[in-house]
Amino acid sequence: MENDNRSTKLLIGLAVVLLVLLGRLFYVQIINESYKTDADNNSMTYEMIYPPRGVIYDRNGKLLVGNKICYEILVTPREVKDLDTAALAQALDTTLDFVRERMAYYHDYRSRIGWRTLTFLKTVPSETYMRFAEEQFRFPGFKAQVRTLREYPFNAGGNLLGYISEVSPEFLNDHPDYKPGDYYGRTGLEAAREKELRGSKGWHIYQQDSRGRQKNSYHDGEYDVEAVPGKDITTTIDAYLQQYGQQLMAGKKGSLVAIEPSTGEILTMVSSPGIDVEVLADFGKHYSVLSKDKNKPLYNRAVSASYPPGSVFKLVNGLVGLEDGVLQPWMQYPCYNGYVYTSSGRKLGCHTHRSPLNLEDAVMMSCNGYFCYVFKSILENPKYKSTEEAYNHWREMVMSFGFGRKLGSDFPSELSGNIPSAEFYNRYYKKGRWRFPTIVSLSIGQGEILTTPLQIANLAAIMANRGYYYIPHVVKASEGVEIDPLYYQKQYTLVDTLQFPKVIHGMWKAVNAFGEGGTANVAHVPGLDICGKTGTAQNPHGKDNSVFICFAPRNNPKIAVAAYIENAGFGASWACPIASLLVEKYINGEISEGRRDLERRVMTTKLIR
Amino acid sequence: MQEQALDRGLKKTVDWRLIVIYLALVLFGWINIYAAVQSGEPSSIFDLSCNAGKQALWIVGAVILSALLLFVINPYFWESISIPAYLVVLLLLILVIFFSNNVKGSHSWFELGPVKFQPAELSKITTSLLLASVLSKPNFKMNNWKHFLLAALIVLVPMLVIVAESETGSALVYVGFIFALYREGLSGWILVLLGMAVLLFVLTIITHWWVSLIVIGVCALLYLVHFLRRTSSLRLRRRVVRNGLITAAAAVSLVFAADLLFNKVLKDYQRERIEVVLGMKKDLKGVGYNVHQSLIAIGSGGVFGKGYLKGTQTAFGFVPEQSTDFIFCTVGEEWGFVGTLFVIVLYGLMIFWIVRDAEKARSAFTRVYGYCVASCLFMHLFINIGMTLGLMPVIGIPLPFFSYGGSSLWAFTAMLFIFIALDRQEKKYF
Repeated sequence: MENDNRSTKLLIGLAVVLLVLLGRLFYVQIINESYKTDADNNSMTYEMIYPPRGVIYDRNGKLLVGNKICYEILVTPREVKDLDTAALAQALDTTLDFVRERMAYYHDYRSRIGWRTLTFLKTVPSETYMRFAEEQFRFPGFKAQVRTLREYPFNAGGNLLGYISEVSPEFLNDHPDYKPGDYYGRTGLEAAREKELRGSKGWHIYQQDSRGRQKNSYHDGEYDVEAVPGKDITTTIDAYLQQYGQQLMAGKKGSLVAIEPSTGEILTMVSSPGIDVEVLADFGKHYSVLSKDKNKPLYNRAVSASYPPGSVFKLVNGLVGLEDGVLQPWMQYPCYNGYVYTSSGRKLGCHTHRSPLNLEDAVMMSCNGYFCYVFKSILENPKYKSTEEAYNHWREMVMSFGFGRKLGSDFPSELSGNIPSAEFYNRYYKKGRWRFPTIVSLSIGQGEILTTPLQIANLAAIMANRGYYYIPHVVKASEGVEIDPLYYQKQYTLVDTLQFPKVIHGMWKAVNAFGEGGTANVAHVPGLDICGKTGTAQNPHGKDNSVFICFAPRNNPKIAVAAYIENAGFGASWACPIASLLVEKYINGEISEGRRDLERRVMTTKLIR
Repeated sequence: MQEQALDRGLKKTVDWRLIVIYLALVLFGWINIYAAVQSGEPSSIFDLSCNAGKQALWIVGAVILSALLLFVINPYFWESISIPAYLVVLLLLILVIFFSNNVKGSHSWFELGPVKFQPAELSKITTSLLLASVLSKPNFKMNNWKHFLLAALIVLVPMLVIVAESETGSALVYVGFIFALYREGLSGWILVLLGMAVLLFVLTIITHWWVSLIVIGVCALLYLVHFLRRTSSLRLRRRVVRNGLITAAAAVSLVFAADLLFNKVLKDYQRERIEVVLGMKKDLKGVGYNVHQSLIAIGSGGVFGKGYLKGTQTAFGFVPEQSTDFIFCTVGEEWGFVGTLFVIVLYGLMIFWIVRDAEKARSAFTRVYGYCVASCLFMHLFINIGMTLGLMPVIGIPLPFFSYGGSSLWAFTAMLFIFIALDRQEKKYF
């Protein structure tokens, strides 16, 4: 089809479009000055503003975790000119090899790096930065950015506070709201309260000439975003008490937990051996050594270790017996170095003491035989058709004390411990083939029972409150920081509050009655009315664990403490003095003259080989 | 015959103007690619680890390819294989959706070891060949709706497959075939309506649907008044009213579809790019950043530019994709308005001479193919340069012969030289 007309029309159309493009080019390149006013080379640069992370206070407003300013040295390799490597190494207080190695790396990967700005050196202290800043003009392409580092003015609560670290690639995959170079809380409170502590980043947009000089705010800062600082956290920890607890626990393996019974606030939580706060500040450097230490200092035993509770569990069995009506305070049972529980004469041993004993004295002297009788009468209660049914009832009662389940504290990595279920024994021994003698060890807190030191401390708080507890927690509500409303509610056990005083007198006598065979006389502090219960838990890995729980004063208790020391022998030998010293320090503020020797002995003894 | 061909040698038969422009564009592109990736440490333009060095290899390959097309392969061969070639490439287009890695969200690249290529590049050639073959049949009539439908399908099928590959930019190039169809007798109204549809779409997005409806109403009224006054024949009047109503109905549905299309069908990044061009959104960190940087680079060139290798905006990576899609920025920055004018004039002349040669051709096949080549070049030119100037959304398609990349360079070379060979064959024998 011959159609020259159409061809001409199309060519005219082509000419029009090309003229539009040329017109636009003429406008952009020649007429419009705005693309040239900012000199020939203008470009936008984003300067990130990192918010300061929230700080952490103790219950009295003492700073536990603060921030200190440090600098990060950034480099834009393509801007680097005539670099004097030796001068740079000196200015930044680093080695010549380091600088050369970095520059060689930038050269090798120059095409991949392009025009990007990279981190040259991290965590440069202020003093070094000052020196660098004076000479910065000699190092084109290098600049500094303010970051904050954690600072710990007070050596208290290393394991509890946790540490922060730079985000890893794996973490970034799961958390798209973080960017490379950000920090986040890895463990402890830093992790549990990451959301509040973090804050949010901001940025300024600048226009900059190619030599990195003369910056102007882009559109007068219209597109800038301000950084929002993280929120501060107030903990329930008493910094001085925490520090004192750490001193007492030095050289021992175990946990020391103190709770304020009237609120459930954790006053002290020591895991020993633990990490010092100096380590937290520069965690990356110490991590490999710490993670290989056979005593596992990174691990917070107070919530993440579970042990048999030992004799302190007799309190629970006594209370369940009282509640079920199968035990009365006046009941006496005989004990001659133990309790014989099979016809063939197998015996659960006990230490030598007078016999028979009533409930109060059995608590005071921690008689194994007595509590075997108590547990036997709970499991053989005629009210229930079978041992299994009675056992289920007992288990329900025990779990109401917070055992065998997570307490629901606000602390990460809490373990639930274990109160074995009837199904477990059915599987192990076959249904109907297990009775009281089969599980006699549960009478005295041995066997399959596992509890965390926090749960044992919570038992001390239940005893102090005569029948209820508040869920133990480490963060106080403050502005912008909320805590679970459950933490304000009393949690009652299934044992009537009226049963508690019957056992508590025994606990008081264990500490304060001299000459009657009390197990915890070493804990006696005149005027404090400490009530306590010792425990000696068998440890398959060596010497027995030493356990002690107590609260004080007897009326209106202010503190409930649990000490659990691994491989330290009798409860009275180490756990008892440690817990009582902590109580004395908290209530009296100082250790009385007569107990100074004890304090010195505790602090200087090393039980860890 | 043979002797005659020898008499009318290369000098007279080959359109040397096109070859000179081709070489000028390729070489100017090459030195600009070198400038675009020029870093602090100078490396040779032949350094194979950088883009310019690789492009040198691609250019050598392209020259060999063009020689083959000019001297070895009989150009009529292309007409004879137009149907199988079209079908094979269509199959590749479909297969690549399933057998390719995701490159920036699109599934359009085949990777055979170190070699990567986009079937979409080849598809422009095969579509042109088949369209030329079909439209050049003596009994082909554009106003026969069956014939028109066939022509439309030849273009639309690969276009839709390419949309499915998420290569919307490449698909947009196919709109250009409408110019070839127009030359072969498609009603000019279709072009006008298409242009109006685009305007309506933009109007609906930036203002409100009721603004568009008012505009449609006014246009319909003007149309009726204009045509009804010109004719008194009842039959024609009825046809005018019917066409008017159909067009108005289509326009109204487009207005309502535009909203749906814009907010639901388009992907977020596509929507953002359109919003940036229409000035609805200032997104200086994301899409707007690219365009803003591109304009700064081009604008900072001024009249004469900063001089070769003296540009900082493009070479230092402020402009993204600086050696492929945004290569025009380097020209603008380092060579100024003089350079951009030069490049646009080169393209303009190339398209102009292709159209003129096509018009002179005795064979309809050569003519239609020539128009297809000119249309594709025009679409690439307009979309690519329009994008760097903020006139078009950011659509990643290369500047023909200019941008870095072997697959694109070879495909355009093949496309152009098939036409030059066809044109030469004409002059050889007549």
